[in-house]
Amino acid sequence: MNPFSSATRLRDMIRAIRACKTAAEERGVVRKECAAIRAAISENDQDYRHRNLAKLMFIHMLGYPTHFGQMECLKLIASPGFPEKRIGYLGLMLLLDERQEVLMLVTNSIKQDLNHTNQYIVGLALCALGNIGSAEMARDLAPEVERLLKFRDPNIRKKAALCSIRIIKKVPDLAENFINPAASLLSEKHHGVLITGVQLCVDLCKVSTEALEHFRKKCTDGLVKLMRDLANSPYAPEYDISGITDPFLQIRLLRLLRALGQDDADASDTMNDILAQVATKTESNKNAGNAILYECVAAIMSVEDNGGLRVLAINILGRFLSNRDNNIRYVALNMLMKALAVDSQAVQRHRTTILECVKDSDPSIRKRAVELVYLLVNETNVKPMTKELIEYLEASDPEFRGDLTAKICSIVEKFSPEKIWYIDQMLKVLSEAGNDVKDEVWHSLIVVITNASNLHGYAVRSLYRAVQEAGEQETLVRVAIWCIGEYGDMLVNSAGRLHIEEPLTVTEFDAVDVVEISFKSHSFDLTTRSICLIALLKLSSRFPSCSQRINDIIIQYKGSFVLELQQRAIEFNSIIERHQNIRSSLVERMPVLDEATHIGRKAGSVPAAVSTSQGVSVNLPNGAPRPSAAPLVDLLDLSSDDVPVRSSSGGDFLQDLLGVDLVPVSSQSGTNQAQKSGTDVLLDLLSIGTPLANSSPSTTQVLPSNVDAKSPVDLLDKLSSPSAPSVQVCTPAGSSPMLDLLNGFPSSPPISVTEGNGPAYPSIVAFESNSLKLTFNFLKQPGNPQTTLIEASFINKSQEVLTDFIFQAAVPKFLQLHLDPASGNMLPANSNGSITQKLKLTNSQHGKKSLVMRIRIAYKVNNKDVVEEGQINNFPRDL
Amino acid sequence: MIKAVMVINGLGKPRLSKFYEFQPAEKQQELIRHVYAVLSGRPDNVSNFIRSLGTVFGPDTRLVYKHYATLYFVFLFDNSENELAMLDLIQVFVETLDKCFKSVCELDVVFNYSKMHTILDEIILGGQVLETDSVEVMRAVEEISKLESTTSAGTMINKSIPSWWAR
Repeated sequence: MNPFSSATRLRDMIRAIRACKTAAEERGVVRKECAAIRAAISENDQDYRHRNLAKLMFIHMLGYPTHFGQMECLKLIASPGFPEKRIGYLGLMLLLDERQEVLMLVTNSIKQDLNHTNQYIVGLALCALGNIGSAEMARDLAPEVERLLKFRDPNIRKKAALCSIRIIKKVPDLAENFINPAASLLSEKHHGVLITGVQLCVDLCKVSTEALEHFRKKCTDGLVKLMRDLANSPYAPEYDISGITDPFLQIRLLRLLRALGQDDADASDTMNDILAQVATKTESNKNAGNAILYECVAAIMSVEDNGGLRVLAINILGRFLSNRDNNIRYVALNMLMKALAVDSQAVQRHRTTILECVKDSDPSIRKRAVELVYLLVNETNVKPMTKELIEYLEASDPEFRGDLTAKICSIVEKFSPEKIWYIDQMLKVLSEAGNDVKDEVWHSLIVVITNASNLHGYAVRSLYRAVQEAGEQETLVRVAIWCIGEYGDMLVNSAGRLHIEEPLTVTEFDAVDVVEISFKSHSFDLTTRSICLIALLKLSSRFPSCSQRINDIIIQYKGSFVLELQQRAIEFNSIIERHQNIRSSLVERMPVLDEATHIGRKAGSVPAAVSTSQGVSVNLPNGAPRPSAAPLVDLLDLSSDDVPVRSSSGGDFLQDLLGVDLVPVSSQSGTNQAQKSGTDVLLDLLSIGTPLANSSPSTTQVLPSNVDAKSPVDLLDKLSSPSAPSVQVCTPAGSSPMLDLLNGFPSSPPISVTEGNGPAYPSIVAFESNSLKLTFNFLKQPGNPQTTLIEASFINKSQEVLTDFIFQAAVPKFLQLHLDPASGNMLPANSNGSITQKLKLTNSQHGKKSLVMRIRIAYKVNNKDVVEEGQINNFPRDL
Repeated sequence: MIKAVMVINGLGKPRLSKFYEFQPAEKQQELIRHVYAVLSGRPDNVSNFIRSLGTVFGPDTRLVYKHYATLYFVFLFDNSENELAMLDLIQVFVETLDKCFKSVCELDVVFNYSKMHTILDEIILGGQVLETDSVEVMRAVEEISKLESTTSAGTMINKSIPSWWAR
């Protein structure tokens, strides 16, 4: 039989595939081959089985399906010959994985091969087990591997060591069996075995504290000695890489030392000397040496505190930064970023070198450097650092500018010592790279300018100058035009001139010029042009002499194809022509924009309608300032048919709640969208859907269990708020949802007053059901009014023990919640003990909104899962 | 640990790929394509490390690559490995190939697919470094080839072995 006739050789197949000119052609060849292989498999062709599998592996690498070859691997592994076994194992590792059940079948073959007399077959089996062994296989074969750790041939020992890593990762329980064999590997002389042995120890430490303790006690000294021998050893050619003895082993050793020294003062003490020696003596002119140094620095950073060593380590990183090799600079920046948390002083000393890296030719290094610089800036160095960065901005690549400007703006915003400096720096950034900055940047600049009432004139004049210089930077133009619209009069009459300012003469005509040029420029987008249009309207009132000219400009746009511009032009034209009497009050200056709100919005947390008390949005380019209407008032207005005007003592919180809960009530009477959008957020977060309100278990569970929700009069007894009477008047006896919520508010009298430096708040019963009672104690940290520390304590009122107790909580986006671990997960029966859990809540809308929280409590009673849910609305106000 | 080793040619064709953490076949192809897309966009004068690989590889995966002639050698690994040492390991791998194939080229890699795997398996096992001395690796690989040819010559059935084993 001609061996080449029945199927093509692997070589020929590869050649055929390579000869394909198109992907379709390649698919054709592969399909033909696969068909032939499938046929051979179904004929149970033994002669070409391993060749077919070799082909399949190639096909697999090209990305074609090859699952039909899996059983062939098993057959090959079971066959006696070495070549068959070799290909079988290769295929096993590539085509199968630990998740396939087929793998179960191979366990026995591997077991036999692990006991094979031919050590290369043992090696193949170890390799396969180490690469794809499953947990079951690990359990079954662990004794064999353990035995092989003492095999006479070092090549098998090192493979067995790595195989053991797989085993202990899959089944951490087996770790203790490997502690002693691993420790004895550390006294090996063979470098390969040492490397793998050390690695095994590292991984043992990760999965077992017992192993960690053992190695710490028994092996630290030995390892330090080994490290010392290596560092001082004479030239050993076989493991030498560029003149350094076995860098891989040194790195592995350092890694193990690091694991041992972490959180252990004694062990750290033992290794301090050798770490210092490696850090100072290792040659740093080759990659291998630097790799060791790098690992050594990582070790120094992790072991117990030793100030001198850390400074040494950070200085090594500083040296790395001036290395010519990009890779070294790159890892140094990464490591410095970590080191910053350990010793920021020492890192600060290398500030200048780090700033140099911002100008690196390698973009990935530049990016890292900017990130690091960003972390290095503080109040004291912000001015020189910003100066450097802005200077560099001029020379930077366009694609890098987005990142860089974002960082500069964020630095300036965070650390600016005074507003005038902030405005100056932002103007520089916008003049230089105004087209690359993100929207938040210019939005926040406007917010800052409106807030600095003494700098309005200065800002508008500086902006005017800047636009003359850099009129092509769109965001700069936007800010300038916006300010000219607002403060145009100050531009012309130089009101509020600071002594550092140079005098500037601008006529009303010049000011309108600037706006008109930008308005008519085709390179600017709709946002900018809308801003211009509004500015023109405002200027028409501020500069009566230019009113006619402005009207002429606006008229030209009454036929604009851009709907927005056309509509505004028509509106503004009629304001100018026909509504002179209200014009000046229409275009009054914008109210001061609220910085806190802006920050909140920047974080994307709260939609404008809910958060802004002024009801005015900065980034609304196309609308004259609207009369400010607080959304809360809206809500109350909408429900005014039912609810009489209430005294303000009801407070935001109550109104919010009413707002939320009035939805079902008022939607019955056909309320419009506006109200809904106002309450969206709360609705979403608290998931009080309109149809749910009456039936929702969450609403009813808020009720203290001793209250029967049916009668409003009962409820009123519990209410202590001054707003209560009005509620009584307005609420029909049947509509309970609103009452439910109200009821939750003042329900419990203060239980205890928390002692502390901050203001004290009464504890509340946050949740109560038939079996559970949850109490919240509050504590404020002085000087941090936004944050509330809550101690939650759970008491089990039922007769049964509650196990697997889990408390979960969710809050709306304006709150941030941090849950500490609970004190336990088992609650004894009959109020006989409690679980406590600490919560930290940060309220970004402090003073405006009260806390609110949705909770979910899961536990097991008699092995039955129970889930209770509820909503906590009765937080004290002002938290 | 090392998560994957890839050898990709300049046109994006995989020449060798081995994953030490299980990935389904389609995912493997996706990863190779992703890595190639990242690498092909990088100029020569930049560092050999890539950290921001996006979400495809899971968090904290690092990539080290070296570009030799028409081939990219790529190692993917997690934070328990030293980046600079991985760079040296690529060097060890390539040096070993060089010794095996007497100045290796892409064709050697293509046509000696299974031998490539044998070499790699002597350097990395289960995602851990097994051996860093190319002489030692060579010795093991040669032993295996010897064993291969003697046993296959002995059993008359496998006439075709030398044809795909020898180059």
